[in-house]
Amino acid sequence: MADISTMQTETGAAVIAAHGVHKHYGPIHAVDGVDLDIRAGELFGLIGHNGAGKSTMFKMMLGLIPATAGEIRIDGARVSGGNFRAVRRTIGYLPENVVLYDNLTGLETLHFFSRLKGASPAECAPALERVGLAHAAKRRVREYSKGMRQRLGFAQALLGKPRILFLDEPTTGLDPEAIRSFYAILRQLRSEGVTMVITSHILAEIQERVDRLAIMTAGKIQACGTVQALREQMDLPLWFTVRVAREDFEAVRTALGHLPVGAIEAHDDHVAVQCRREVKMAVIEALATLGGRVRDLTVREPSLEDVFFGFSD
Amino acid sequence: MEISQIATIASKEFWDRIRNRWVLAVALVFTAFALVIAYFGAAQQGAVGFKSIDVTIASLVSLVIYLIPLIALILGFDAIVGERERGSLDLLLSMPITRLELLLGKYFGLAGALTFSTIAGFGLVAIVLSSQLDINALFHYFGFMLSSVLLGCAFLSLAVMLSVFASDRTRASGLAIAMWFFFVLVFDLLLLGALVATGGQWGGEIFPYLLLANPADVFRILNIFSLDDVRTLYGLTTVFPPALANPWLLGLVMFAWIAAPLGIATWRFRQ
Repeated sequence: MADISTMQTETGAAVIAAHGVHKHYGPIHAVDGVDLDIRAGELFGLIGHNGAGKSTMFKMMLGLIPATAGEIRIDGARVSGGNFRAVRRTIGYLPENVVLYDNLTGLETLHFFSRLKGASPAECAPALERVGLAHAAKRRVREYSKGMRQRLGFAQALLGKPRILFLDEPTTGLDPEAIRSFYAILRQLRSEGVTMVITSHILAEIQERVDRLAIMTAGKIQACGTVQALREQMDLPLWFTVRVAREDFEAVRTALGHLPVGAIEAHDDHVAVQCRREVKMAVIEALATLGGRVRDLTVREPSLEDVFFGFSD
Repeated sequence: MEISQIATIASKEFWDRIRNRWVLAVALVFTAFALVIAYFGAAQQGAVGFKSIDVTIASLVSLVIYLIPLIALILGFDAIVGERERGSLDLLLSMPITRLELLLGKYFGLAGALTFSTIAGFGLVAIVLSSQLDINALFHYFGFMLSSVLLGCAFLSLAVMLSVFASDRTRASGLAIAMWFFFVLVFDLLLLGALVATGGQWGGEIFPYLLLANPADVFRILNIFSLDDVRTLYGLTTVFPPALANPWLLGLVMFAWIAAPLGIATWRFRQ
């Protein structure tokens, strides 16, 4: 087996590979035949309802629980096999609702985890600074707010310069500014070639940030791809919002009348209409015939939430 | 197995107990009780002040046999289940550490804290009494301290085993109390009851070996058999054959009481 510490994964190659993975708890199939390839340097989202199997999948990828059937490999090595230490040293993990030790200071917490990870203690202070906690390094964790604990948990995950990061609901408890800083760090890590797997319930937050994502329901992967590819696969309608004067509503109806669009809804100062993606350009051309009577035009793509509910329902 | 991983966990557990003054509190309790027993142990006979090391140790054994198992069980009952219930176990296990290393690290750290407080507590008394003790008495007293440490480690091992099996801290604490009742209060009564009920017909030969099935009794025998003056005062242990009362053999039995629960805990923790 290759030495993980020296192995360089080719960009685009699967760094996390799950094949035919099942996890059964008695009659309950928490994970039911999952195949997943996550590429090196990718920011990969894993989304699903509570109980969909995301956390179980996470725990199996981390080697915390064994799969009932199937296999998961990190950089070609089994995470719970004989090479597990080398594999684990390449991994950073931020659990959902991270629980750290109240009696330790922020810096002591990182020192403890750096020793376990075999990372240099010199990394601890810069890691705290990176997540914006340098000022609280010597304060005990019991005095930290929820958001500060989350950031400390993230700093812990960054110790040892991991090549793979597992982030379970990482922005829970963070304020908008901290969320922005968090994703800025993720962008920086991605540019350094770090592979990241992230779960979040805030779909709007990750839809513009992940490279690809998988939608899990009832232990199965329902769909996997880029957000755009999933939109196209789901074939959800686009929404047009056409801002026109009330007296021009009928003109809009007439212009679009020959096209296969949905019901045209009249509102105070605009009409809304939905159509399939392949009709999009025809709708725009038809509206262009109205010239200056169209004051504004907005086309809204289906959100990740629309896609998610489309697949999960 | 990586010793450094065990040392990292053990060091944290130990220093946690130093920081929260657990070690100091327990050491003070031991010191206070030991001093009171040393100076007032013979009050029932109408005298106060230190009289003899044998009487003092015999009185301390009666105290320690209740106190140390309780302290050890309280110390260790949530070692693993506490981490699991708080949600920090997954994070620890995601590190490059095996479950065995984590378990041993927890155990050694807690055992270190218990050992430190036991030696500090009783050692302080030894220093206070040192002017009144000869070498032989000091030897006996150190033997008592060592056996107290072993007793604590044995019950700590049982506590850590409970903490692996229990599904939550409430159950773990209940089991720890039940275990204390069984080994410290009920076990001897059951044996004695069986012996009396059968008029001494049942279990006479295996009786001494059954006492080895309780670390509290092993501790009692370890200490009482080394004290000629008080050996006869103890009912149950007088039936113990001198051949089985070899301190090395009993020490080995104590180590078995430390190793076996840890072995079972490791097996369960790996499931």
